[in-house]
Order: sequence, then structure tokens, then C-alpha cells
Amino acid sequence: MIRLKILACLNNSIAVTRRLTSHTAMTRPTITSESDATGVCIRIAGDLRTQSLDHVEEDFAALRPNGQDVVVDMAQVQSLDTGGAWLVANLVQRLGSSGAQVRLEGLDPAHSSLIETVSHNISEMTGDELPPRGFVNWVARIGEKTFGAWQDTLSIVGFLGLTLHRLVRTLIMPWRLRRAALVSQMEQVGFKALPIVSLMGFLIGVVLAFQGATQLKQFGAEIFVVELISISILRELGILLTAIIVAGRSGSAFTASIGSMKVQEEIDAMRTLGLDPIEVLVIPRVLALLIMLPILGFVADMAGLIGGALMSWIDLGVSPGMFLTRLKENTGVAQLAVGMIKAPFFALVIGVIACWQAMQVKGSSESVGQRTTASVVQSIFMVIAIDALFSIFFSELGV
Amino acid sequence: MDGTALKDRPKSDTQREAVIRVRNLTNQFGEQVVHENLNLDVWRGEVLGVVGGSGTGKSVLLRTIVGLNKPKAGSIEVLGVDVLNGPEEDRQRIERSWGVAFQDGALFSSLTVLQNVMAPLREHTGISESLMAALGGLKISLVGLPHLSCSKFPSELSGGMRKRAALARALSLDPEIVFLDEPTAGLDPIGAAAYDDLIGELQHALGLTVFMVTHDLDSLYAICDRIAVLAEKRVLVEGPIEDMTKVDHPWVQEYFTGPRARAAQQKG
Repeated sequence: MIRLKILACLNNSIAVTRRLTSHTAMTRPTITSESDATGVCIRIAGDLRTQSLDHVEEDFAALRPNGQDVVVDMAQVQSLDTGGAWLVANLVQRLGSSGAQVRLEGLDPAHSSLIETVSHNISEMTGDELPPRGFVNWVARIGEKTFGAWQDTLSIVGFLGLTLHRLVRTLIMPWRLRRAALVSQMEQVGFKALPIVSLMGFLIGVVLAFQGATQLKQFGAEIFVVELISISILRELGILLTAIIVAGRSGSAFTASIGSMKVQEEIDAMRTLGLDPIEVLVIPRVLALLIMLPILGFVADMAGLIGGALMSWIDLGVSPGMFLTRLKENTGVAQLAVGMIKAPFFALVIGVIACWQAMQVKGSSESVGQRTTASVVQSIFMVIAIDALFSIFFSELGV
Repeated sequence: MDGTALKDRPKSDTQREAVIRVRNLTNQFGEQVVHENLNLDVWRGEVLGVVGGSGTGKSVLLRTIVGLNKPKAGSIEVLGVDVLNGPEEDRQRIERSWGVAFQDGALFSSLTVLQNVMAPLREHTGISESLMAALGGLKISLVGLPHLSCSKFPSELSGGMRKRAALARALSLDPEIVFLDEPTAGLDPIGAAAYDDLIGELQHALGLTVFMVTHDLDSLYAICDRIAVLAEKRVLVEGPIEDMTKVDHPWVQEYFTGPRARAAQQKG
């Protein structure tokens, strides 16, 4: 209440000062100090306002206590705001810390109360709490991150289990499936991705044929370009690159959309309404990926073969008929199967990582952005890692 | 808060100076006309409360004055500068002399509270980093936030604290005019009353002019010097709250003589 009363008497005089200064150009503030045998006299003049403080800030800081008594003459100060008042209050506090007497003179009553308010608020402030540094903290941070990574792994495996459980339950009780959501997700994830995926496949086929041709020509073994294209696309590239595109395209969309729902507390609202967010949000998305990724992978494979055949024809003179014959003779359906069998695993990984990341979103919209980035990076990495595992597995099996 | 001290200030016409002058403002979104020939003056050093039913364009008016919404017709002068068509240089100067606190704070979520308050200082002044931090801390302390909250992110604050932090940011350049959009909406009655006191206190100490969109009858009685009622696409009536009950208009009658208004009046 005391503070309120101090404040209450201020208003009119400040308003007067404001009126005088607001329409005229500001006078640059100055500070001069002179000392004699009796003490130091500091003169402040001009408009001491936040926007013009940069002119005098260093001059203020340069004034240090030298044990003498100080008189601060503020008669020439035309206007003062909280920024200026802070500088004055800070000066008084610093100079007075040595035990010297500091007196403010020629002060407008309004300015005086403003300085009083401000110094009241400075005294409550202590130094900034800086984050602790040093070797021990460095080690502690590493430990924290490691532990966090372990916790995340546990949590994501738990989420995978939860998703699989709900998925199986949906298969047993198909009436629980949200069909509208599933179809709409299938359109988003699959149908709308068809152009980019087939274009990508086509170009990969073209590139392989082109690069393979220049190398194989040296041995006169141009015809093997068919095996080169068909095996590498069907086994590896078609499905792997499709999965990477889908991870970037749909994984990010999943994380962003569910993540923003999390920020808006929509997920919590669902829970209170007795709806299971996994069933409502995650299952349709994961299921859509499980259905559409193999289809997209197949489309990419076919586009790749067409691109490869076209390029072989143009560049090497391998006719489409010849291409098809060699394809049938030397590349079995097994190659296609080896590629396609990976699709559901990729789909599950992309879907689960994207939805798990979305569920980790906390508080701000910035967190949505971070989680979306993390989701794409993690799922692409996991897709490649799983692909490597499959490679080892199949070569050990001799397929 | 000593409410009478606020309301007894002399306000003869010769003494007052309009810091905001809105003339014949028309706002239209598609077919829907929100404002038509709206006129409003805000006097220096007053707290103006803008009230009106939902959809009467209170927030649109605020957004139009601060230049976030381009009106279809009309003129707006702030501190003597035409904010719609004036020279760019003048408009930038004017933008530094007002602060806006949005309804949900609109704090930058990637910055801490202190960094949020320092952002305008960084942009518009040449002062050193340490002085910026000191002034930022001062504003945070002035709005009654604990010093600990300086290093927190907006998402770690409660709704009421976010509103205070937004006010601290709005005040960081020591503006002459402060715009507040529903400052007490969503606060508990104690928090809302404390915020009202805070605005009154800062308004007094810093000589602010406050333009406040509100629904809170307690705020209107506690700190507003004058009230402007938006209805029928214009400012239907403006004046001190005592005059509001005498206005012969169904909405105004219902608003200012309803049970909630009577309760607020007894408190105020």
C-alpha cells in the first residue's frame, strides 16, 4: 500500500513532462562530473529515456566511487522514464556502496518518485542465475542425455507394443475401426503420393540404366544392364526410396497434426470423453501406411523398370521386348518379394515413430516443430537401419 | 487500490488532449460490416474501457488502431500522426510509443520471459546487453512476477503469469499508450483484481494512457476512467461509468444494470 501511495502522487507531474517532450525532438542526454575538495558533483541533463540511453550508458558505468561524497544535480533533466530512472538509481546505489553520502538535487517530484519506485524494484533483484559450468556438470549432462535416450527407447518400444495391441484388437473387432479416418488417411498417405513416388522411381531407373551402361559398355556386357536395373530396384531401391519419401512426407504430417492437437489439449479432451487417442488417431494412420506403402513401393518398382527399359532402349539399343525377356528369365519374382516384404516393417516404423514423437509434444508450438524434425530424421534413419538388417538376413539365408 | 483518487482527476475539455483520434472508421469483412462511421477519442492519461457484445468488433477496433488491420475507410491519428497514410518514418516512431498486450500473451515461445521483454529493446535501442537485461528484469519486477520467472519459457507459465509477462513486454520501451485485449479474461477473481490494481498502479506511476478491451465489470468499475460502448457498428455511447446506467438502450441497460453489474458496483 505504501508503494501505491508513492505511485499515486506521481501521475500528474509525469504527464506534464510527457506533454512537453513528446512532440518535440528529444534532447540527447549528457552527464558530466567534476570534483573538488568537498566532493564530487555529477550533472545530468537532457531527456533520459530508454531510447536515448545508449549515448550515456558508458559514461554512467565509468563513474566509480572514490570515497568522496557525491551530489547528483538533476535540475537539467527534461524527462525521465523507467530506463533512465534505473540508471540513476543504479548510480546512486553503486556510489553509495562505499559508504559515501549520495544526494540527488534539483529533482522534479515526479522524477523523484519514479526513481524511488524503480530502486524499490531493483533491490528485489539479485544476480542472474547462470547455468552451472565445469567438468562435473559436463559429465552430469552426458549422463542425463544418456539416461534420457534410454527412457525414450523404453517409451517408444512401449508405444510400439500399445499400437500393435490396438491394431490386433481392431483386426479382431473390425467394427471399432474408424473407416472414414482410414480412407482419408489412405488418400493423404498413398493416393496423393503416387505422382512423386512414380516420378522418383522412373528417374532412378533412368539413372541406373545410364550409369550402368557407361560402365558395362567397357566390357561389351551391355545386356547385363537389365539385371543391374531390375535387381537393384526390385530388391532395394524401389521400396527404400519410397519409404524415405513417405517418412518425409507423411511422417512429418502425422507428427505435426497430432502434435498441434496435443498443444491444443485436444488429446486430453478425447481422453475425458472416453475416446482412446491411439484408436482414434494412431491406428487409422498406421493402418493406412501399412496398406499404402507396399502399393506405393510396387508403383515405384514398376516406374523404375519402365524408366530403365526406356533408357536402355535409347542408349544401348536394348529393345523393350528383349528387356522383358531377360527380365523374366534372369530375375525371379523372388527379387520382388524380397523387396516387398520389407514394406510393412518400414510402414510400422514410420507410423509409430511419427505418432510417438507427436505424443511427446509439450506446451508450445515450437515443440511441434522440433518433434516433427526429430520424427523425420529418426524414421529415415530407422528405415535405413532396418533395410541393412534385412540385407544381412537375406544374404545369410542365401536368397 | 484507492479508487476515488483515480476518478477525481480534473477533466475539463480544455485540458484534455486526444492521443488517439478515430474518425469515420469503416471496417468490412466480405459482406459483413463491423464498423460504420465509428468515431472515438482517447484522452491522454486516461484508462478507457471498450465494451460491447460478442462480435461488435472490439478487438477489430484495437487491431485497426495498432495497424494490424487495414480499414475500408476512415482516419486514425495516434499522437498526431496519421497511422494509415502518414509517412513511414512517423509510423515507425509511433509504433515505438505504444505497447500491445494480446489476449493470450502472444509471447515468443522460443524465448525466455526475460528475452521476450528484452526483444523490443534489442530491436529499437542501442543499449548494451547488460543494461537491456537489467531493464528487462526491472519491468518483470514491476509487473509483479518473481525474478525466478525470468529464465522460464512461456509454456512453463500459468495463464495469469503469461498475461503479466505480456504486459512487461508491452511496457519494455516505456510506451505512452498501452493497448490491452481482455487483460483479465480467464483469470481467477483474485488474480484479476490484482491485475487491475497493477494496471492502475503502473498507469499512475508511468503516466500511461490505457486502451483496454474488456468484459470484466469489476475492471470497469475499479480502474476505467471512461467507457466506450460498441454497438450498432459504432461507439454508441462514451463516458464515465456512472452515466452508463442512464443510457436508454436495451443492451447497455442490461449490461450495466444486470445482477453482475450491481455486484461489481457495490465492490467498486
